[in-house]
Amino acid sequence: MSTTMRTFIAYVDDRPGVLNRVVSLFRRRAYNIESLTVGRTDRDGISRITLVMEADDDAALRIAANLYKLVNVIRVEDITHAAKLSRDLALVKVRADQTNRAHVLQIAEVFRARVVDVAPSALMIEITGTQEKIDGLVEVLRPFGILEMVRTGAIAMTRGAEERELPALINDEAAA
Amino acid sequence: MKRTGAQVIWEVLAREGVDTVFGYPGGAIMPAYDALLGYGIHHVLVRHEQGAAHMADGYARASGKVGVCVATSGPGATNLVTGIATAMLDSSPIVCITGQVPASLIGTDAFQETDITGVTLPITKHNYLVTRAEEIAPTIREAFAIARSGRPGPVLVDITKDAQQKTVDFAWDDEPVRISQRPEARVTSTDLARAVELIDAAKRPLILAGNGVIKARASEQLIDLVKKTGVPVASTLLGLGGFPATHPMSLGMMGMHGEAWVNAAIQEADLLVAVGMRFDDRVTGNLRTYAVDAKKIHLEIDPSEINKNVKVDVALVGDLRASLAAIVPRVAESAHDEWLERIKELKGDAAVRDIQSLPHDGHLYAAHVIHDLWRLTEGKALLVTDVGQHQMWAAQYYKHDRARSLITSGGLGTMGFALPAAIGARFARPKDEIWVVVGDGGFQMTACELSTLAQEEKKVNVAIINNGYLGMVRQWQEMFYDRRYSATPLKSPDFVMLAKAHGLDAVRVEKREDIADAVAFARVCKGTCVIDFRVEQEDSVYPMVPAGADLREMIRRPHPPRREGAGAWKQKNVLMEDGESE
Repeated sequence: MSTTMRTFIAYVDDRPGVLNRVVSLFRRRAYNIESLTVGRTDRDGISRITLVMEADDDAALRIAANLYKLVNVIRVEDITHAAKLSRDLALVKVRADQTNRAHVLQIAEVFRARVVDVAPSALMIEITGTQEKIDGLVEVLRPFGILEMVRTGAIAMTRGAEERELPALINDEAAA
Repeated sequence: MKRTGAQVIWEVLAREGVDTVFGYPGGAIMPAYDALLGYGIHHVLVRHEQGAAHMADGYARASGKVGVCVATSGPGATNLVTGIATAMLDSSPIVCITGQVPASLIGTDAFQETDITGVTLPITKHNYLVTRAEEIAPTIREAFAIARSGRPGPVLVDITKDAQQKTVDFAWDDEPVRISQRPEARVTSTDLARAVELIDAAKRPLILAGNGVIKARASEQLIDLVKKTGVPVASTLLGLGGFPATHPMSLGMMGMHGEAWVNAAIQEADLLVAVGMRFDDRVTGNLRTYAVDAKKIHLEIDPSEINKNVKVDVALVGDLRASLAAIVPRVAESAHDEWLERIKELKGDAAVRDIQSLPHDGHLYAAHVIHDLWRLTEGKALLVTDVGQHQMWAAQYYKHDRARSLITSGGLGTMGFALPAAIGARFARPKDEIWVVVGDGGFQMTACELSTLAQEEKKVNVAIINNGYLGMVRQWQEMFYDRRYSATPLKSPDFVMLAKAHGLDAVRVEKREDIADAVAFARVCKGTCVIDFRVEQEDSVYPMVPAGADLREMIRRPHPPRREGAGAWKQKNVLMEDGESE
């Protein structure tokens, strides 16, 4: 069966050690994580993880099932085939002086990236977009000399107005 | 009411129905041990914490209840690790309570500090670090609920010393603890209909019964299904007893050392109904050639097991009792005479090669010991085995008719498991006859627990299948490593003298005709009796599917049997010459 890049959303308890449990699971089962981002949600005590990894359909089901076996995992969604938006943020520090600064600025403009810092011999560019778009910018900037780069990894959200309800959370009851 | 954190531990355990715990004290758990004296819970002092974890495991497997072990921080906790991993792989519900250095010292590499929640993360169902006395009660309750729910497993609760010392308000309500908010696994009517369709259409169906049948207490439902459909049953090692071995539809064990006809039948089947088993590599052999002609239905409580090793056609995820109970009324009554006839044919050849059918040649074979033990105990003993050749012989030759009558480390294959697990089982089943079947290698890994038995004045009978080798490894060396016996010859102490040094009864058996007397003697001994069976040294377990091979590629017992190397015990393999103990 062919593998595809999969995107999972996992809601987990916002507690020390929970991320370790999630990551440890993938290490133990020998799954290779492409990217993982985690952050707070609008609900107290719940974090949201966006996880991107390569897997076939069967493996995807098992990944979700294995995540569910972790007590601190509240909900898992495989949104690979859902209509969704996926965004990655990158900061790229690229070599640019008087002779080619204009050229780099022009490229940034084309990619709708923002220049967030200017130094005599370098520019820092911030770009938000799909992984492909960021990869594209990086490729074009590479000949100028990339001094430093950092990416957040993908975050993703399904389109539409459907509410992502998280029914009957233990945390909610405790708070009530 | 006001209680210290240490007292809260015992208050909660008592209310969870715990009457016995297995443990070993130490600095960080001392407040809990001090508080223990005020409670009516019996504490079994083990000789090594690994034994405590195995005892809790044996207790759980024998009773179906949660077993509890206690250890201190650092080395006490790390010594539990093998026992926890053993429980994890065989889905055994245990709760491990460990002391931890005071919260203020965590992370400072304090004396006897180990990050035991970190260490046990991949080998527990869940674990907790508790640093506040207020959290002790809800955490231990949650630990019990998690350990016994769904697919059971071990849970560790690490409690800092200061949390044990602090005084808190303790209150108890009988509301059950909720541990999960996720969607309940339910069998859909479409899947059920599809499963029924496959069962009704099958011409050569087989049921594969695993550990889940026992864990889910689904034996009765399985028997109902077999009665109605006439489908024969093969068992995994851990499934033995889940379906009665003497039932006419019982085929016996499958897998690496399973019966040849069972493995052959699996390969010829057109439908496999897997019930609470996980298609372990020891069961399937080569996955590419495994039961290629068979449709597969998988009844399983753990969704992460579906399509893990073997791709199935229908998965019924959920409680086995419920799934089986849903299937039984829907399937058609049926019989499979032709198929059963074919299996009988496959069986015939194996019977000829069976060691029990061979003429007696004056040597003592492990298979004979197990067979005689089964006969003499009328198949009613609770058998606790270690890991290795004797384990496979025990699985092959002791026929189990009831669930929870065989306790063995299947998934992890932990040598040293048997003796402590049997001690745990003894506390769970005070009246049942218990036999430990153990090799000379595994016995020495946890033989220190003989003193636990002696101190507790408890009786289990111990049959040491002593061949002077690490037998299973020796067998692989014989078959796959050109008989190069690297590190497998094993010198042992005189086990009879060793047992007597513990104040226990013991005898040695070197001839088959002496088995019955020795077993009878052990059964009437008031306390524990150890029998040192000096068996054929270079015997092998047959049949055998080499690791990763097709199930049909079985190495069969040579016929007529090879007798080279057979003969009297080489005394040089014994550390001490036999003394007056005999």
